[in-house]
Amino acid sequence: MAERIATIASRVGLHARPAAIFAEAAAEQPVEVTIALEGEPVEDALDASSILSLMGLGAEHGARVVLRAEGDGADAALDALVAILETDHDAE
Amino acid sequence: MNAIHGVGVGAGRVVGPVKHMPAPLAPPASDAAWPEGATAETEAARLKEAAAAVADQLRARAASAAPAAAEVLKSTALMATDSMLRKNSTKLITAGRNAESAVWEAAEAFASSLLSLGGYMAERATDVLDVRARIVAELRGVPAPGIPGSETPFVLVAEDLAPADTATLDPGIVVALVTSGGGPQSHTAIIARALGLPAVVAADGVGAIPEGTEVFVDGAAGLVRPEPDAADRASAEAYAAREPLPTFTGRGALADGTSVPLLANVGGADDAVAAAAEGAEGVGLLRTEFCFLGRDTEPGHEEQVKAYRGVFDAFEGKKVVVRTLDAGADKPLPFLTDTSEPNPALGVRGYRTDAATPGVLARQLAAIAEAADGSAAEVWVMAPMISTPAEARDFAALCTEAGLETSGVMVEVPSAAVSAGHVLAGVGFASIGTNDLTQYTMAADRQLGPLAALNDPWQPAVLRLIEATVRGAAEAGGSTPKPVGVCGEAAADPALAVVLVGLGISTLSMTARALAPVAAVLASVDAGRARELAALALAAEGPAEARQAVRAGLPVLDSLGL
Repeated sequence: MAERIATIASRVGLHARPAAIFAEAAAEQPVEVTIALEGEPVEDALDASSILSLMGLGAEHGARVVLRAEGDGADAALDALVAILETDHDAE
Repeated sequence: MNAIHGVGVGAGRVVGPVKHMPAPLAPPASDAAWPEGATAETEAARLKEAAAAVADQLRARAASAAPAAAEVLKSTALMATDSMLRKNSTKLITAGRNAESAVWEAAEAFASSLLSLGGYMAERATDVLDVRARIVAELRGVPAPGIPGSETPFVLVAEDLAPADTATLDPGIVVALVTSGGGPQSHTAIIARALGLPAVVAADGVGAIPEGTEVFVDGAAGLVRPEPDAADRASAEAYAAREPLPTFTGRGALADGTSVPLLANVGGADDAVAAAAEGAEGVGLLRTEFCFLGRDTEPGHEEQVKAYRGVFDAFEGKKVVVRTLDAGADKPLPFLTDTSEPNPALGVRGYRTDAATPGVLARQLAAIAEAADGSAAEVWVMAPMISTPAEARDFAALCTEAGLETSGVMVEVPSAAVSAGHVLAGVGFASIGTNDLTQYTMAADRQLGPLAALNDPWQPAVLRLIEATVRGAAEAGGSTPKPVGVCGEAAADPALAVVLVGLGISTLSMTARALAPVAAVLASVDAGRARELAALALAAEGPAEARQAVRAGLPVLDSLGL
């Protein structure tokens, strides 16, 4: 299983527009990606393409989250998603 | 059809076709089973199709919406087709439930978990419930609840509007609000003032006007006439051609130069920034509930400090009057209130919660004091629902203990108005909450349509209590009378604002949208004229006579279409 840790860069946290951008990008990946706050058990990880799950995650600005995926293209998918999380979408 | 009379709560005259707001959706039965001939697969497919249709409608609306609204609509569209919402709903369908009932319950779970997070996330719970209602309406083949969509202008007819409807109400398309329920202090009235729309509430019978019928709405007269005649059309045209309202210069004053600071009522930092941009000379009412509502537990010290600081920072060098927590059974908070009270308006609410649950208020005051310390705003604090001089004194002592210099009281209970001399002896200022003062003076629930005529701040009895409060403040202050402001909806009514100033009110606080009209009308009278008009209102037999007498003395109202 591929795994990455990312720090939430958006000042509002992973909510609203940043969450929508991330959920849409996660849905476009060829593999299923999960997201969890760092330190949370693997079985509590949530579907990264679900905006409702992302909002309930409560990942604020500066929070560290773990992305996980399996299968062909998992590494590339995670790299792309980490880049999105580490961009401050409010600053655009 | 005959003309229908209600209570006018937003001035202006327009002609337009009626669109009715669909009735709220009845929740599906929690044991609703699959329809005849369905399988788990067909039921899940039916739900997927409905959700996709809703997402498409929301995206289509986003395409023509303003940027901020478009963002909300786009993320709401994502919620409709959310993968977890679909998975959780499908599980319930497989267990035998129909699509409506399954999506209802699955969305409920997401909404409650967002609510428990509080703050911004709790507000998003409303979006989840909105999406849920849209999907269920689509499944049932009925119109989606909420403000109807339209490309062309229309008159919105509803039973009453909810605060959440403001976000989706486009004042370029909705040209007037007409409700069969509600009163002058209802949400509809507040929304109408915030958006500057002509509005008539408590207009019994408007529900029967057929969809699409043209009506004439006169918000100042409280009149709705189906099939308008030539005179109605001419009157609406004259209104459309009215003089443009001068923009507010940032200094409220009478014609003779007497200063009347115009402040804003705000419910958070975003509101405060917007109000400052409109020229508000400070904040006359900061509702602190925004920090607490929808929470299971009391917010922590740092969180409160940050929230208050956000408001103070928008008004550097200016006054910000903070109202301490105003919770009660009508605005319940699980850690503070008993929701089983039979009469919430007469129950443990406002300042009274401090006796039942001590500590919350002291901690809030400590957070306000710390936020004030690090800011350049001049911070005043006041307690809601003060009824006796002893309560006022105790509150002032709590403020002093927290290091807050200027404490005051809200005058909402008639006893505080009648004994204002004693109540104000122990504090620095008073602010009259006319919405509650009217409800308590007239013993009429603010939210009840049938009592709308009683629930009118133009009631001379209410005006006399305002006069009594000003007199008490003068007695309590000796050589320098203690300042008395008004922060209820009454301050946003330009004609009534003149009366309030004539009664001796020194500052007016209102929704930011009302600053310009109120400033324009105040600038048309001098202090002597304001006193004469106030005397006319006090001497009137009833609210209609008072309003008519004062309006007749303010020709500027007509030329500005107010």
